[in-house]
Amino acid sequence: MVTDKKRVKGEALLDIKGLKIDGFSDDVWNPIVKGIDLTLKRGEVLGLIGESGAGKSTLGLAAMGFARPGCRISGGSIMFDGMDLIAASEEQRRALWGSRIAYVAQSAAASFNPAHHIIDQTVETAVAHNIMTREKAEADARDLYKRLQLPKPDTIGDRFPHQVSGGQLQRAMTAMAMSCRPDLIIFDEPTTALDVTTQVEVLAAMRDIVEQFDTAAIYITHDLAVVAQMAHRIMVLRYGNLVEESATRAMLKAPTQEYTRSLWAVRKLQKPESISDDIALRIHNVDASYSGAVKVLDNVTVQVPRGRTVAVVGESGSGKSTLARAITGLLPPSRGEIYFNGKPLPRELKDRDKDTLRRIQMIYQSADTALNPRQKVRDIIGRPLEFYLGLKGADRDRRVVELLESIELNESYIDRLPGEMSGGQKQRISIARALAAEPEIIICDEVTSALDQIVQEEILSLLMRLQKKTNVSYLFITHDIATVRAISDEIVVMHQGKVVQQGPKSQVLSPPFPAYTELLLSSVPEMDPDWLTGLLAKRSKKAKVSA
Amino acid sequence: MNTATTPVRTIKARRSVFENIRRNLKTAPLTAWFGMIVILLYAICAIFAPLLAPYGESEIVGKAYQLSSAENWLGTDQIGRDTLSRLIFGARNTIGIALITTLLSFLIGGSLGVLAALKRGLLDQGISRVVDAFLAIPVLIFALMMLAVVGKSLINLIIILALLDATRVFRLSRAVALNSVVMDYVESAKLRGEGMGWIVFKEIVPNILPPLITEFGLRFCFVFLTISALSFLGVGIQPPTADWGSMVAESKSLISFGRPAPLYPAAAIALLTVAVNFVVDWFLHKTSGLRDGH
Amino acid sequence: MHPVLRTVLQRLGLGIVTLLAVSVIIFSSLEMLPGGYAENVLGQSATPETVAAFKRDLGLDRPATVRYFEWIGNALQGDFGSSYSGLSGSMKRDVSATIAPRLYNTFFLAAMAALIAVPLSLLLGAMAALYRNSWFDRIVNSVTLTTIAMPEFFIAYILVYVFAVKLKLFYPNSTVSIGTPFVEHLYRAALPAITMTLVIIAHMMRMTRAAIINLLASPYIEMAQLKGVSKSDVIRQHALPNAWAPIATVIAFNLAYLVVGVVVVEVVFVYPGIGQLMVDAVSSRDMPVVQACALIFAATYILLNLLADVVSIVTNPRLLHPK
Repeated sequence: MVTDKKRVKGEALLDIKGLKIDGFSDDVWNPIVKGIDLTLKRGEVLGLIGESGAGKSTLGLAAMGFARPGCRISGGSIMFDGMDLIAASEEQRRALWGSRIAYVAQSAAASFNPAHHIIDQTVETAVAHNIMTREKAEADARDLYKRLQLPKPDTIGDRFPHQVSGGQLQRAMTAMAMSCRPDLIIFDEPTTALDVTTQVEVLAAMRDIVEQFDTAAIYITHDLAVVAQMAHRIMVLRYGNLVEESATRAMLKAPTQEYTRSLWAVRKLQKPESISDDIALRIHNVDASYSGAVKVLDNVTVQVPRGRTVAVVGESGSGKSTLARAITGLLPPSRGEIYFNGKPLPRELKDRDKDTLRRIQMIYQSADTALNPRQKVRDIIGRPLEFYLGLKGADRDRRVVELLESIELNESYIDRLPGEMSGGQKQRISIARALAAEPEIIICDEVTSALDQIVQEEILSLLMRLQKKTNVSYLFITHDIATVRAISDEIVVMHQGKVVQQGPKSQVLSPPFPAYTELLLSSVPEMDPDWLTGLLAKRSKKAKVSA
Repeated sequence: MNTATTPVRTIKARRSVFENIRRNLKTAPLTAWFGMIVILLYAICAIFAPLLAPYGESEIVGKAYQLSSAENWLGTDQIGRDTLSRLIFGARNTIGIALITTLLSFLIGGSLGVLAALKRGLLDQGISRVVDAFLAIPVLIFALMMLAVVGKSLINLIIILALLDATRVFRLSRAVALNSVVMDYVESAKLRGEGMGWIVFKEIVPNILPPLITEFGLRFCFVFLTISALSFLGVGIQPPTADWGSMVAESKSLISFGRPAPLYPAAAIALLTVAVNFVVDWFLHKTSGLRDGH
Repeated sequence: MHPVLRTVLQRLGLGIVTLLAVSVIIFSSLEMLPGGYAENVLGQSATPETVAAFKRDLGLDRPATVRYFEWIGNALQGDFGSSYSGLSGSMKRDVSATIAPRLYNTFFLAAMAALIAVPLSLLLGAMAALYRNSWFDRIVNSVTLTTIAMPEFFIAYILVYVFAVKLKLFYPNSTVSIGTPFVEHLYRAALPAITMTLVIIAHMMRMTRAAIINLLASPYIEMAQLKGVSKSDVIRQHALPNAWAPIATVIAFNLAYLVVGVVVVEVVFVYPGIGQLMVDAVSSRDMPVVQACALIFAATYILLNLLADVVSIVTNPRLLHPK
């Protein structure tokens, strides 16, 4: 970023020292933030990054002097522009909130009051704190909408929150935060709930406006590539402790901590592509719909070679999960045919015989819902052994232990309940359950998207090793391009129920691209602080050329 | 199944069911302890009534409306039976009838609810619409009407209340079963090719049991109070069976003379429902994991 | 058509359908008896001739569908037919004439209880929610948990024992008649009204508290706080506009509960309302009266729930301002 030097200037705006925050759970207070120091200068953007449970949101809110119900600040100091936020009265803090420190939440849809117009909520603080008259504040809000590139900036404020899209609402919330021209804005995972192509627009709009008004910001996220576009400096948090802190460029170039490096673990995974003509599963001209009206799958043709991985990539609503339902027979196709080993597969689940069912297994996104919380590992993995292969008693248990070893868990896990394991371990159990059936094909539906980066990497490596050993095929459904790069042999790009592109990985990921593939691929943030600037420049140039 | 040749040791579950219960009891609040002790005492009364009661259930031991004395601690009733003995036998009758009714109601409502959630479609639609219509009539009013039609008798009372209450149980069990049915582990079992029995009894039922047990406590209270109300109104449990609701009705005229006679059986009813509610409240806290206010 | 109007009309339509379904259930309850009502009442010793005569007297010899439409048609015009009691003589008692004054008494009592209970429990419930986990909240929680579980007649007899028998402030029996002056009626209905207030207040407070806590946990409430909106404005501007639907539901649920509670309370206080009438009719198996009472109770119940749903619909911004 060119403006780095210009913007990091002046005295400290926010100074947090030795901050400790506890959360109340299971009848005791547990530390969430364990003694963090944080300083922020005027106009500076600081990235807070960490995985689930790092305490980054709690820390972000504490920068406002706010602790959620069930949390308490148990030590340290928070100085905002010379004012002690911990010692300050409720009234004093409230006078700061909205006007000098503003907050942008993750879910705009839930954070806007459904009962009021967007513009009324945008100007609420400015009017209530007598910073501007209502007329002036509304005029200013419309100006902000325009700067944030919202469509129809003059009238969009007269709509209700449920009447605009998620990406627009997130920008409207940024306008709300900006309405009083605060000194500091806390962005709490503002783009996490958005699709990747929408994310780019929102990120660009937020970065622009922060720069225009020279506002300091704390940007909280779990995605290092995103924060690299937004922040001048990054703090890496883990379990409520600081892991590493440095300027953005320095951190990306030379992280000093192993943990920081693991935050882009999946990106380092690379599987050499391998092509095969031995087709195990062929989906041929398939249409499917839920109510008969809208086609969720529209003339979809996909081939899955034996022993290879086909990644199906697309955004929400692309039909990629519906494809899985069509293959498994849960949603019989309204047109087209699915061939398994050259033979047509019965459309309905109930018409398929046990052996066919055994050969096609499925792994789900969330092991929390995919594993019955009341069954022990012994029964979860043991059931397919018993059901398909007729193994019983000691034979069954011996096989369960073998499977546990193949997913790198030892036999002590055999009597655990899902609730007694970590997210990654639970997902391993799901894998073992699928493997127990000795399938020819496994459908993986977003199996890593609920996991932390380093766990994702472990699970993906495991899947690859298992493929080598058993020659199973994967149909890997995901929205994450990094995952696609890591594990696929072939890629299928889906958009609005249609297959946009299909082919070997090397071919799909290199130009020339069909328009949608290009948009999708280019929207994925990269570990390069100049990526967003470059992308926007490229897109505006293109727009000019085509205009 | 664990022979010397198998390399697999049967690893004991680290916490047995009893240990779990013991751990939970340790953290139980005072109200829950109170509730559990009261329920235990009631259960003892109900089971050992003939041993505990000083006189028989309908044994006439003296003159009518006697005040408390060394022989009759709580006095006698309108035809000279010992009030204390009737109270103790009342525990057996009133609680027993309410328990049978609630069990029957859960058997009917629970199984239909799970079935509707699993099958969906026309079956679910059909049962749900009928149940909706029945839900629009308050249970007490409906029970009164049905008793007028079929006449007062214990069997009629139990069947009518069980059926009416089953509509409420249906609604709840359908809702909780639906929560479980949409889970991926049920879909996974379907994809595996499991039959209906496995899906219901191995996948769904273990997961809906905790909320249903809690609901059982609440429904029992409701049925128990409704039976007592009906008996009090003279159309429930019929004499000479000792029953708390009827005892309130039989002795109600005494209150005008400054004798708190109807308060004893009424208090016996209230104490039990309060106790059950305390325990259920604690259970809800435990299972939902919610400390409200957070 | 505007979505709100459409949804309201749909809901009203559903209400009417439910009411009709309920009327069918109530009417046909009489037909469900194996062997028939007449045989059941007269006993097994009755000759076929007596049974036939009895049926003719009650009009039970005509087809059920004909009788249903006649019954529901007349009921809609306020005519519930003749009572079975006193059938043999020439004095046929008109059900509607019997019910009317008692219906007035019951609504008088219910309204009295509602007027005390609704504002009081909303206020206390909201306070418990706003000051949750305070000593006030804790006390309220355990007291209401206790009273919620008690039978109506227990509370009633305690009140009678203390206020009527010991303190002699009220009469133990609340006898009123058509000529009773309004103030005297108020005084005599006070004790039953207080009983019913106590019965529903606990329920209603707990539900209000839960509804408000649920509302205050919404992310937009936290957002409003973080925007520096004052405490009172958070409640007024952000919580209240979204509170009508849950509050209406709480009120309707409890008023419906009150309608049922009235039966027992009327019997305890010998208050001449429709509840007591129904209990007497049940004992004498006087079906036209029982069915009329059941229909009135059910209709009130359905109407209250309908009202709550309509409030929820017309205050829902998503329906008021469609995309």
